[in-house]
Amino acid sequence: MNKKNTVITGKVYVLTDNVDTDQIIPAKHLTLVQTKPDEYRKLGSLALSGLPESLPKFVKPGKDKSEFSIIIAGRNFGCGSSREHAPVALGAAGVKAVVAESYARIFFRNVVATGDFYPLEARKRICQKFKNGDSVEIDVDAGRVVNTTTGASFELKPIGAVADVIDAGGIFGYARETGMIRQKATTKARKPAKKKCCCCCE
Amino acid sequence: MSMTITEKILARAAGKNKVVPGDNIWVNADLLFTHDICGPGTIGVFQSEFGKKAKVWNPDKIVLIPDHYIFTADKMSHRNVDILRDFARAQKIRFYYDPRTKAYRGVCHVALPELGHIRPGEVVFGTDSHTCTHGALGAFATGIGNTDAGFIMGTGKLLVKVPETLRFVLDGKKPDYITGKDMILRIIGDIGVDGANYCAMEFRGEAIAALGVEERMTICNMAIEAGGKNGIIEPDKKTIEYVLARTKKEFEPVRGDKGAKVAKEWHYDVSKFEPCVAEPSLPSNYAPAKKRSKVKVDRVYIGSCTGGKLADFVMAAGILKGQKVKIDTFLVPATTEVAEGLIGTSLDGKSLVEIFAEAGCLPIAPPSCGACLGGPDDTFGRTKGKEVVVSTTNRNFIGRMGSKNAPIYLASPLTAAATAITGHITDPREFMHE
Repeated sequence: MNKKNTVITGKVYVLTDNVDTDQIIPAKHLTLVQTKPDEYRKLGSLALSGLPESLPKFVKPGKDKSEFSIIIAGRNFGCGSSREHAPVALGAAGVKAVVAESYARIFFRNVVATGDFYPLEARKRICQKFKNGDSVEIDVDAGRVVNTTTGASFELKPIGAVADVIDAGGIFGYARETGMIRQKATTKARKPAKKKCCCCCE
Repeated sequence: MSMTITEKILARAAGKNKVVPGDNIWVNADLLFTHDICGPGTIGVFQSEFGKKAKVWNPDKIVLIPDHYIFTADKMSHRNVDILRDFARAQKIRFYYDPRTKAYRGVCHVALPELGHIRPGEVVFGTDSHTCTHGALGAFATGIGNTDAGFIMGTGKLLVKVPETLRFVLDGKKPDYITGKDMILRIIGDIGVDGANYCAMEFRGEAIAALGVEERMTICNMAIEAGGKNGIIEPDKKTIEYVLARTKKEFEPVRGDKGAKVAKEWHYDVSKFEPCVAEPSLPSNYAPAKKRSKVKVDRVYIGSCTGGKLADFVMAAGILKGQKVKIDTFLVPATTEVAEGLIGTSLDGKSLVEIFAEAGCLPIAPPSCGACLGGPDDTFGRTKGKEVVVSTTNRNFIGRMGSKNAPIYLASPLTAAATAITGHITDPREFMHE
């Protein structure tokens, strides 16, 4: 998959600091296996179901996907468990990008490894500048996120070489492109990427 | 140029003479382990990427150890253990610890060291964030997701960024009432839940040297609660004795070079530490236990990879001996070896099992991760309402032990046991009169 020149638009769901993986997907649902299609869908329906009751539902009851395709959050998004169910649930719910002030390490790595969505970082804290349901436009290459409801615009940090891994569809795609592992028998061999990885592992 | 222990282990595993923080290197894994909640996903990724009939890179370097959702009627949980069993059989993986048999061991992070799977100087990857526990034995150990684990399953390698090292020097004579748990909660309180994000947390000093291997595991276990990539303690005589008693495999311990650069260093005098809790709902919410004595508590939970080891139960029994608990007290040994230790270990002529029974604790549950992370609805100790919990586990996130409305205070086994007697958060010194 090639995600170059990507502009992502959608409605935003706003969170603050230290949103942990138990809030993203509570542990009782970890019996669901991401590589089984019906269980993958179910994971999507349960995305962010561990948030406090005082917050609006991220996925409406009875739905598989969220009406929000963009999440804007504060510091340390995804802290806690290594459960890949967390990024997978967000991806399955239809999330295209998360813009956080910072990420917990394993969560960030899992997003990159799976290639589910863009884990973007804002240059400064911006979660207070958005309200649930605001329309948002993200220009990934230009490094810009715009609240089209209010008109306010904010800069993103460069994704760096991680973008190569995400563009390759995750760690497997990247390892195939760079000749680290063999192409899948069913996929057409692609030209090995010229660029050498420099920071894709985190 | 000199390197830290973390850098030296990674350099060796990558076949390099030298690495520096920020380098991205392919390292060879000495061990990959997974359990019942991430194993099926890992196997799914492995098979979809390498093919249904693909063979794992080395069946003797993979451990499949179900431990999370074992004692439950939940069908999906059983289905997932079946997936591990079938995969172990098909791939000839001999280190599979089947819950249906005597091979069952319990919580991976306590069982793996007990079984001799963790050796100093080696590189350990596990599909669980608390994999950092194993740095207590001088290994590089870090938690990964299913996709990375599926990749290792097929290749034996993973791309790793060499972390910067944050060094925590804990000196001073450790008082009896201070435990490894109090030390790590204090550190997380100081640096915050992302204070060590991406970094290696290296623990050393007089107070670390004075700790047994199990309490060192408690400290490294919670490195992830500060965002750490790994926790690590250089191996000493205690480490080597512990490992030699459990494995015949050769290993080559690694120690850091003198003068190795670290990103930052903290110094503590442990003799001044106080028994503490982490208040809801972050492990960084440090408070001295005696300053929270007004907090009424509904239940105490002693268990998990963090606080369910034999050393933890020995500490709790020391407080509970001859006392009566006032509130529901749940005891969940981490492993079968710990469970046997509760019967086989005595204080003043009484076994731990007897001490706990006479104190009025609830019957001891079979070993597993239990309610540390909530688990299926029928999990022993899972919160259902607004119970205020004092727990020896590692996370007090909202809903972590089941109910979103049940606040969790993290504490040492000493503080947890003292709290069980009084029904409010209690400094264990109130029950230590020597």
